[in-house]
Amino acid sequence: MVQYITKRILWSFLTLFIIIFLLFLLLQFMPGSPFDDEKLTEAQRILMYAKYGLDQPFFVRFGIYIQNILKGDFGISLALQKNMLVQDIITPRLGISVRIGLQALLLGTTLGIIFGVISGSFKNTWYDTFTTFIAVLGVSVPSYVFALLLSYFLGYKLRIFSITFKHGEPLMSSILPTISLSMFVMAQTTRFLRTELIEVLGSEYIKLVTAKGVKRHLVILRHGIRNAMISVVTILGPLTVTLMTGSLVVERVYGVPGIGDLLVEGILTNDYNIIVMIAFIYSALYIFMNLSVDILYGLIDPRIRVAKGG
Amino acid sequence: MSEYTSDQFKRMNIDDLAMEETSMQAPPRFFKDAFTRFKKNKGGLIGLVAIGMILLLAVIGPMLGEHTYNVIVKEHIDLPARIPWFEGFGLFDGSVQGYNPYVNRGLTDVYYWFGTDNLGRDLWARVWMGTRISFFVAIVAVAIDVVIGITYGLVSGYFGGKVDMVMQRVVEVISGIPNLVVVILLMLVLKPGLTSIILALMITGWISMSRVVRSQVLKIKEMEYVLAAKTLGATSFIIIFKEVLPNIVGQIIVMTMFSIPSAIFYESFLAFIGLGLQPPTASLGVLISRGYQAMLTYPHMVLFPVIVLSILMLSFNLVADGLRDAFDPKMKGF
Repeated sequence: MVQYITKRILWSFLTLFIIIFLLFLLLQFMPGSPFDDEKLTEAQRILMYAKYGLDQPFFVRFGIYIQNILKGDFGISLALQKNMLVQDIITPRLGISVRIGLQALLLGTTLGIIFGVISGSFKNTWYDTFTTFIAVLGVSVPSYVFALLLSYFLGYKLRIFSITFKHGEPLMSSILPTISLSMFVMAQTTRFLRTELIEVLGSEYIKLVTAKGVKRHLVILRHGIRNAMISVVTILGPLTVTLMTGSLVVERVYGVPGIGDLLVEGILTNDYNIIVMIAFIYSALYIFMNLSVDILYGLIDPRIRVAKGG
Repeated sequence: MSEYTSDQFKRMNIDDLAMEETSMQAPPRFFKDAFTRFKKNKGGLIGLVAIGMILLLAVIGPMLGEHTYNVIVKEHIDLPARIPWFEGFGLFDGSVQGYNPYVNRGLTDVYYWFGTDNLGRDLWARVWMGTRISFFVAIVAVAIDVVIGITYGLVSGYFGGKVDMVMQRVVEVISGIPNLVVVILLMLVLKPGLTSIILALMITGWISMSRVVRSQVLKIKEMEYVLAAKTLGATSFIIIFKEVLPNIVGQIIVMTMFSIPSAIFYESFLAFIGLGLQPPTASLGVLISRGYQAMLTYPHMVLFPVIVLSILMLSFNLVADGLRDAFDPKMKGF
């Protein structure tokens, strides 16, 4: 097990390293340089390059870049809020995005588990058809479509919620974004849990428990769900990506001052450093999420430990 | 010692033998069974019909209306939907928030079925032009799945050993980076547009297909019939194409079907955040991202592209689900 975890951690670091390398590589492809001023003479330009270390060989510059990134220094904003440090712009916005993301994850998985259990234990009944349909709908319809629909009907027509995010009331304002984002999480969890539960309920030990005369609802509650739930942990990784992707558009629709909206702004104004830092945060979060899922899964399900060795 | 008499033997017709042989061949039965199961799946059938209708409209739709998709008519800007027959029931009669711009501007015999945008372009034609792009992206996604995904999975799984080790580490790294980040970084270097979307799909779109193919190949290559083929002197090429591939064709079809909606989604998503296709090109994503800015005053601009996109995605997912159940009822996935 220790060996397995060490291997996973090493792989995560390698992936992160590759991402930093890619970010650095892309920086080299960006057109122009900070000293494109025509007034500068060639001699001055060489002096400037020397001062900022731009005359150093590729790998030396890459080393400096890694050091800066690990310190959290991603440079200054180039367009959105000129000359402000990127981390100072992003840090205050991080909280609200994380909050909405977590709320959506919580709401989505809770509903998904309920629907999944209903659908899996009453296979091929009316309940099953209904929840399966809801789940297909949630998987198919993009989160920004839900965001648009909710803001139009609940926000604009019925005026229950405000259309745009209000700083004064973060909880009320985060309800619609949360619901929009959670639809996909809910649908995915439902679909996954349904398949798992059906498989678990068809396995030999469930047959044994049933043969021993345990009532069906107890079989499902005590033996079925417990084992089916374990594998739901594995979809947390993909769900994180979906939440990030969704947050970009959902935050934009509702004007939530989070990092998803900031990223879109950064893209539209070509603010490279902002894009890089958010891309780095997303990647790091995703890698961390996958790592924790792998370790957690290895801990709670002994079969994985055996299969993956360690 | 027993004697053999002629009445102990039955004469066999050569035709009967041939009949028996064909009925034992697996693939036709396999597809027939899958098709029979698929036909029983209501969702899958509805999805298939819906895709067919949308495809038909994408092909002939822009020609049906009286207006072309890229002509700017100053007098016709911001017109809501107006459809001849529905008009009589008070539906789609061209009125918005209590007044009717068609009447106000004296355009009594002008009909825009889906309305017009802020430049006076016909949305009916634009929506179907946009759907064409969605179908194009779908075809590209399938092609990438088939060409890159299957090849990668086959090679990695079949040859195994060091080749597999290296190829799987590459997959591990690529899948360790969120798609979103790959796409965004790519778009920074390249110009936003269809080429960049295709390139992004080429980097990330084939991973899950290659994984499924690889795991199936690993399973199948241990089978007795592959061993038999090897013993008879079949080359790797023949084994891959005649023994392995026909046996995983079901999973391949299901996987490609699942990659279509996600590719269509990516196109519209990128357009929405300003990284995809750019106006004046009409893709569903572009139309939605333009339309939502005027959503509160002119809901029709975002409504129709959103409906078409949602139905399209839903249908592809329904068909994919149906095919998964049909080809392999036990196959897991989501």
